[in-house]
Amino acid sequence: MAWTKEEMCELAAKEEFKDGFFINLGIGMPTDVANYIPQNISVSLHSENGMLGMGPFPYEGEADPDLINAGKQTISELPESSYFDSAASFAMVRGGHIDLTILGALQVSEHGDLANWTIPGKMVKGMGGAMDLVANVRRVVVMMEHTAKDGTPKLLKNCSFPLTGKECVDRVITDLAMFDINRDTKIMKLIKISPNVTIEEIRAKTEAYFE
Amino acid sequence: MVNIYNNAKEALNGLLKDDLMIMAGGFGLCGIPEHLIEEIRVSGTKNLTIISNNCGVDDFGLGLLLKNHQIKKMISSYVGENKTFEQQYLNKEIEIEFNPQGVLAERIRAGGAGIPAFYNKTGVGTIVAEGKEIREFDGKKYIMERGLFADIAIIKGWKADKAGNIIYRKTARNFNPIMATAAKITIAEVEEIVEIGELDHDNIHTPSIYVHRLFEAKHEKRIERLLTRIKS
Repeated sequence: MAWTKEEMCELAAKEEFKDGFFINLGIGMPTDVANYIPQNISVSLHSENGMLGMGPFPYEGEADPDLINAGKQTISELPESSYFDSAASFAMVRGGHIDLTILGALQVSEHGDLANWTIPGKMVKGMGGAMDLVANVRRVVVMMEHTAKDGTPKLLKNCSFPLTGKECVDRVITDLAMFDINRDTKIMKLIKISPNVTIEEIRAKTEAYFE
Repeated sequence: MVNIYNNAKEALNGLLKDDLMIMAGGFGLCGIPEHLIEEIRVSGTKNLTIISNNCGVDDFGLGLLLKNHQIKKMISSYVGENKTFEQQYLNKEIEIEFNPQGVLAERIRAGGAGIPAFYNKTGVGTIVAEGKEIREFDGKKYIMERGLFADIAIIKGWKADKAGNIIYRKTARNFNPIMATAAKITIAEVEEIVEIGELDHDNIHTPSIYVHRLFEAKHEKRIERLLTRIKS
């Protein structure tokens, strides 16, 4: 049985969130990891549009058009929240002050290259803050489906789509397994398999070399 | 010294012409100068280069200028909310220069601070680095990026005093304060203009030196993605 999205989020929070961390969560599934913050720890969420200490979605009727996250969704503030401009926000990122970022991906290579911003000829949206995050945040974790919708592998020897960052991914969590990529040795290692998924199935669905 | 006007039309008087480079504040639809954008639409000026993190949605914000075919080139980090953009891009009607968001922000900050170029790690090994100088510092590779300075900056504040000092509210601050510093002429629209002395001097976000033209207006402040939870 592959992990559900909820189980992936719970696993990511349990494995990655440490007390006192400043964390930036990407748009989509990574945003939902915030719903699984372990009870005994406290973390602070960074939103690249200019906020630290991001709160949950507002109560009905309390949404404020001046208060959104980087996915343009309405959010709320916390007693410890602070606001700043976009240059200050990315100075935090570039300066290496953010401990962890969790992002989605289209492809990841066995050396930790990440492609998640464009499909040539198909998608012209832009990279937003993703390139800044993966180049500068201390730890980069990717969450994605193990294969693309058509069944082709997303964990590859080399990414075919334009890169978001080179050799920047530390860990990949898919619905089938969790892998670590050592930034020094550039070797990908299988760390955890979801219940009842076999290593043969993972090998069949993975192009990247892993140990 | 700031000049105070009655509305966007008056505040833009004599400034608009074809081929201008305009910076527009806001993130998504949050903190956008909605009245100035609308007035630029009405003016019909063409071949504009727009520097803005996003490009509005199809029927609000900078999307209005797209629809009206007034934009020649966008310098942005993300334009994914806009179908008009995608169409015009695929038809080669519009040029796009994608900048990583932090690079865009720092290029604007640098431009406003008189810094012509800076080195930065974002995008090394990607298409963002193509054609740019790469330099190594302490064993790591960095890309040289250029500062940005526009003809006009249009920004949205929360409150201003009559001297032109501005404060913003919550995440509506975003690109507005840095853009205010990075253009020959900065025009600000705010929700309220108050008397001099009514804003806390220790908490001014944009000092008056950066603000040339100012007006007060009522803002629609459209929400792009309303998400809420139910009180349990």
